[in-house]
Amino acid sequence: MGEVLVITSGKGGVGKTTTVANVGTGLAKEGHDVVLIDTDIGLRNLDVVLGLENRIVYDIVDVANGSCRLKQALIKDKRFDGLYLLPAAQTKEKTALTTDQMVELCESLKKDFDYVIIDCPAGIEQGFKNAIAGAERAVVLTTPEVAAVRDADRVIGLLEAAGITDPELIINRLRPQMVKHGDMMDIDDIIDILAVRLLGVVPEDELIVVSTNKGEPAVLDNKSRAGEAYRNIIKRIVGEEVPIMNMEINEGIMAFLKKIVGMR
Amino acid sequence: MLQLLQRLLGKTEPDCSKNVAKERLRLVLVQDRCSISPHILESLKEDLIDVISDYMEIDEDGLDVNFCNEDKSLALVANIPILKMKRTYNKANGA
Repeated sequence: MGEVLVITSGKGGVGKTTTVANVGTGLAKEGHDVVLIDTDIGLRNLDVVLGLENRIVYDIVDVANGSCRLKQALIKDKRFDGLYLLPAAQTKEKTALTTDQMVELCESLKKDFDYVIIDCPAGIEQGFKNAIAGAERAVVLTTPEVAAVRDADRVIGLLEAAGITDPELIINRLRPQMVKHGDMMDIDDIIDILAVRLLGVVPEDELIVVSTNKGEPAVLDNKSRAGEAYRNIIKRIVGEEVPIMNMEINEGIMAFLKKIVGMR
Repeated sequence: MLQLLQRLLGKTEPDCSKNVAKERLRLVLVQDRCSISPHILESLKEDLIDVISDYMEIDEDGLDVNFCNEDKSLALVANIPILKMKRTYNKANGA
């Protein structure tokens, strides 16, 4: 029996889909059977991030309506045998899916997979309610910005009200240099405000854009700092204890010169 | 210019933008969390009535408890109409 995990944030654009793609791919790489569900009906994106956009025939609404069998709608990943995607519908309304259908879907997927990971849409309306309906465990994603942390706080409240207690937090797109200069909230500030357990911190990384361009998750790229952070998060999800990685980066020749002349 | 120098030296001032962010978040979350769960305010009201009733008779219907946002701080403002003061403090008489 697998585990159903939802990745949510409230605010849009903080990196939910990217996180789902990377965590899912990383778990599959470690040999787990994983299915990713895109519940963002009307704004399907997880297929593109995974590079599977050309393979879609049926979607989640087709399965819920009984237009096809669940197995027919699952798209197998190009790279890993254990990784599947259940895509969102692109041309239907958000109301095309109900929470009951979602619970049923999660229950049946959980029998065949170790991890069922749900990509939640932005907002707290029907799409959000559907996404969390069948979940047992929640990961809340935020960036170190006032709006994102505020929305994360709201979502944590809603998750707890829905009976999903102890959500875990991923802080995404942290910029160590700005933190150092006091122009960005640091890990402790955010944990202090939200009072939840930290699952991981992902530094801002240009390679994420490159990897999304190619449809190849950064977790597979050994040079990517964000990829390294995702690999640590995956270890924590399966229960290993891994320290938060050092966010300090080699700042290049200018920083080195400044250090020499004593400016830092 | 001084700011630029301080930034180069990596100094963090109390008025650096992260502290502004934290302070704004703190205030906005107090309001958010209260408006999400009005029952918190309700149970606070009940507790207030309990405590104050030990000392004076108050008009429970006229009681008003709310949050008041003033510039940089958030205050809890309670308006409690008094009907009668009690002569002596006696917990047994209260509530």
